[in-house]
Amino acid sequence: MKNHVIATLFSIAAIGALSAAPQTFDFKDPKGVNAIQFHLDSVLEPISGTASGITGTVSFDPANPAATTGKIVVATNSLTVSNAMMTDHLRGDRWLNAPVNPEISFELAKLDNVKTSGNDTTATAVGKLSIKGVTKDVSVPVKLTYLAGAFGKRINKPEVGGDLLVVRGEFTINRSDYGINPGQMEDKVNPEIKLTLAIVGGAPKA
Amino acid sequence: MSNSTTHKPSPARLGLQLAAAVLLIGVVGFWTAKGAHTGWSMNQVPVKQLDEITGIEFVTYEKRFVPGIEFLAGGAGLAAGLFVVSLLFKRQSTQTTSS
Repeated sequence: MKNHVIATLFSIAAIGALSAAPQTFDFKDPKGVNAIQFHLDSVLEPISGTASGITGTVSFDPANPAATTGKIVVATNSLTVSNAMMTDHLRGDRWLNAPVNPEISFELAKLDNVKTSGNDTTATAVGKLSIKGVTKDVSVPVKLTYLAGAFGKRINKPEVGGDLLVVRGEFTINRSDYGINPGQMEDKVNPEIKLTLAIVGGAPKA
Repeated sequence: MSNSTTHKPSPARLGLQLAAAVLLIGVVGFWTAKGAHTGWSMNQVPVKQLDEITGIEFVTYEKRFVPGIEFLAGGAGLAAGLFVVSLLFKRQSTQTTSS
């Protein structure tokens, strides 16, 4: 009887430990929604586009959001604007040189200033942003929304269990800092690039 | 008896000026019909969509051509060029004598 009680207590403790363990969210979205939008002020009209080739994983524990870590990677040749010639220039050697620098990445080291309210966590994401072979430390304000049990519903398979993590953020970088056509055409294309992030990662449960 | 000289435009001159007018009207008409977009030409048009579960607003691209201001400027420039070239063709002058 005593052994049975101990075994039951161990089982409950193990289930508790498992449910509190960080989950790994995969940001290669099966619905193709994930993208980072970029915006540069320019002569005639702003240059706006998207980068949709998002991959990477984030380890997130709803019970301890401050311990969140992960890496998000963007395929450079997925950067697209409405004008085909501009897209070619953007991916070309004077701008991002996509053949030589196939990836843009953000490696999340930690979250600072974490505040959680319900499903939402706001924080400052501290990590390393790598663009065109240049890596810099950056701090980005982000909002994380944890959607428990929403994975299956989103892919129209409610029988599939799992959670979703939505990450939103907006920040500005200076293209000269990353060797993107530094000091050139600044009278025509603003040196500042505004980046808007809205991506979702899934953690299916078997 | 008096002589009078009349000038008639040469067929080449008239043809080029007509082509310039048609080109200008066509380019302006096409640009207006496609939305009179005052930015650069677009080969694909961004369309905003919403992912209902996550609330993420994302962009997809619709493949269609929207002429921009450089299309209009190029067409107008070509029409102006045709008009200038047409002026190189001299008018035909005919002399008539009346008694």
